Amino acid sequence: MSAERLVPELLGPGRGDVTAPVARANPVAKLGVSVVVSFVLLLTVDAVTAGTALLLELLALPWCGLGPGALLRRCWVILAGALPAGLVTAVFGVDGGARLVALGPLTVTEGSSTSGIAIALRILAIGLPGVVLLATTDPTDLADALGQILRLPARFVLSALAALRLFGVLAQEWQALTHARRARGLGDDGPLGRARTVVGQLFALLVLAIRRGTVLATAMESRGFGASDRRTWARPSRLGRGDVLLLAGGVAVGAVATAAGVLAGTWRLLLT
Amino acid sequence: MPVAVRARGWGWRHATRSAWALRGVDLDVAPGERVLLLGPSGSGKSTLLAGLAGLLDDGPDGTGEAEGELLVDGLPARRARSAAVAAGAARTGLLLQDPLAQTVLARCGDDVAFGLENHAVPAELIWPRVAAAMAGVGFRHDAAHLTAHLSGGERQRLALAGVLALRPGLLLLDEPTAMLDPDGAALLREQVVAVLAATGATCVLVEHRVAPWVGLVDRVVVVAAGGGVVADGSPAEVLGRRGAELAAGGVWVPGHLPAAPPRPGGRRPGSGDALLTADGVAVRRPGLPAPAVRDVDLTVHAGRATCVVGPNGSGKSSLALALSGLVAPAAGEVRAAPALGAGARSPHPIRWRPRDLVRRIGTVFQEPQHQFVARTCAEELAVGPLRTGVAPAEAVRVAGELLERLGLARLARANPFTLSGGEQRRLSVATALATRPRFLVLDEPTFGQDARTWAELVALLRALLDEGTGVVAVTHDEALVDALADDILVLREGRPAAASVPMTPVTPVTPAERAG
Repeated sequence: MSAERLVPELLGPGRGDVTAPVARANPVAKLGVSVVVSFVLLLTVDAVTAGTALLLELLALPWCGLGPGALLRRCWVILAGALPAGLVTAVFGVDGGARLVALGPLTVTEGSSTSGIAIALRILAIGLPGVVLLATTDPTDLADALGQILRLPARFVLSALAALRLFGVLAQEWQALTHARRARGLGDDGPLGRARTVVGQLFALLVLAIRRGTVLATAMESRGFGASDRRTWARPSRLGRGDVLLLAGGVAVGAVATAAGVLAGTWRLLLT
Repeated sequence: MPVAVRARGWGWRHATRSAWALRGVDLDVAPGERVLLLGPSGSGKSTLLAGLAGLLDDGPDGTGEAEGELLVDGLPARRARSAAVAAGAARTGLLLQDPLAQTVLARCGDDVAFGLENHAVPAELIWPRVAAAMAGVGFRHDAAHLTAHLSGGERQRLALAGVLALRPGLLLLDEPTAMLDPDGAALLREQVVAVLAATGATCVLVEHRVAPWVGLVDRVVVVAAGGGVVADGSPAEVLGRRGAELAAGGVWVPGHLPAAPPRPGGRRPGSGDALLTADGVAVRRPGLPAPAVRDVDLTVHAGRATCVVGPNGSGKSSLALALSGLVAPAAGEVRAAPALGAGARSPHPIRWRPRDLVRRIGTVFQEPQHQFVARTCAEELAVGPLRTGVAPAEAVRVAGELLERLGLARLARANPFTLSGGEQRRLSVATALATRPRFLVLDEPTFGQDARTWAELVALLRALLDEGTGVVAVTHDEALVDALADDILVLREGRPAAASVPMTPVTPVTPAERAG
């Protein structure tokens, strides 16, 4: 997938239903759910805890305003990570229990396949809230919330936001650089030559990015950015009752999933 | 409140340079005065504007070294800036040249509000001021409109609104229309004139193309690179006395405009070999559903120049990419005639291998830096010949010859990215010529160029036409069209306009003519 499509697909304002309750929630509340669920799932690697969390998340999807199509379009990155990770664990993981498949030195046992499933489910369950956050959140709203509710330094938050907007411009630059390479006669001598062309192109992109960034910084400073720690926010960002509810929901998902894992006897604290 | 400016022996040296950008500047600007700042390329005009905006930091973490004093309303410029931010009202507002690089936020209203937030204006006062500023520059989109969807001219107007929302007493304009099409530039100028009339603000303007602005200013100040003010007076006086000298330094001075040499034999009535034909061509850009341009019929002949003109967003650059074999047409056909395509694997340039393309079609991009791939200028010019299988010694000879011809010989070992704008433009044209292509495609070759580079470019293109090269140039520049065009193709909203007036009725064929 090309760069200019990747950026809007992962970070663009949601193509889903922006009036859905979760989509409308404060970005910090969505971020909170993501963090809580990730934390709980990072404590353990077991299929029951991760599977329960994933199931609960999927049940909550109708309130997120993301249709199955929009969800799949944005989930491919996580799927592309989860499935190979699960497979590799199943094949190369620590063996235990009955042997299910054997192909020379490659074996899949009950133990390794259980770990593989657990790994894959865990990646999906951690990734899904993140996908919903990115898909339903406008970056400007996220920056507003980070600056006002979490009190992150405005300088940092707004610089990151401006840099994000520059990404779209760089995607266009990349396209132009690609055309220009072909026009200069480059890129048709096998993988090595092509690799060299791409490295050069990345360097050119870096130079152009620095130049654009410098102009952008000048434009921002000329409008008073960075001169004072005091600033106001044109778009007030507050946590409402719905946001508290959403956070409570995130805690509940974590609690129920952990309880299920403990009851099933599969929950084991990592690092012990 | 209109702002007063005072400079005494002021100078600035960038930390990365050994030479001073400006030195010994003595200047007084009274409140409400409008000053046009002139000087050759690289004479530190932008540096002076940045200094007035309070953006130059000579402190321990700063970006350079300062000397003398630069006062805005009696305060050192940098202190004036922080005092203004603390007080919640800007003293200076700076508008830069590049529309793409000065948009800060994703939504138009948020972008205008950005400066007000930084000045800690109470939230409830921000939105009325945003609305007033957007209305004040005649902005036709609402606050929720996405900045990514704006044209260059609209972006500049939005940036102006963002500056004006802060009600600056000193408006600093750094070549604000250099990258706009003629309509967009005229509109922005009108807005600036209206704003200055309404606010009475002081204004310092940097602009290479003097004529459209000369009625707006009451004073012209000329600075020299590494020096201070060398002329100061009324526009008529300074331009009259120093016109020729300024023109030689690259400024577009009325009465001293660069003259294109007359073409021997005048415009060509007939035509050389056909090189390439476009038949019903449409071009689609990635991510956009509708084609950027469609229904284009065009024949390129050896020794003839076709200028493609039309407002921003009319599909000119997309057409250029299709003609130069870089983008496949979404409909129709771009086909090389035997005179151009002989020996290639296909009549369609998009199917050619890069090395086959580079010896037949030369492309000059709007942004010279996009096409640089080597570490030195000499290596840069050898890239094309080497790709086409020329012996290294011969490639070095060709590169040396081109450097000489384009006046870049002393820069043979310099890194292309470190050249000035005009030098980069000449080098980018040279890279396209190194393989002696019979067909040359240029996208806005004179964009943002000073008068000197412009004249050199026109002379070079004329010579190439006389040698039998076919040329297609996409351009907003009416002077370039006058100097170059054998045929003109007008595009409007992605189609050839019925009003296309070929200088000779041979090519291109307009849809109306085809129908008849």
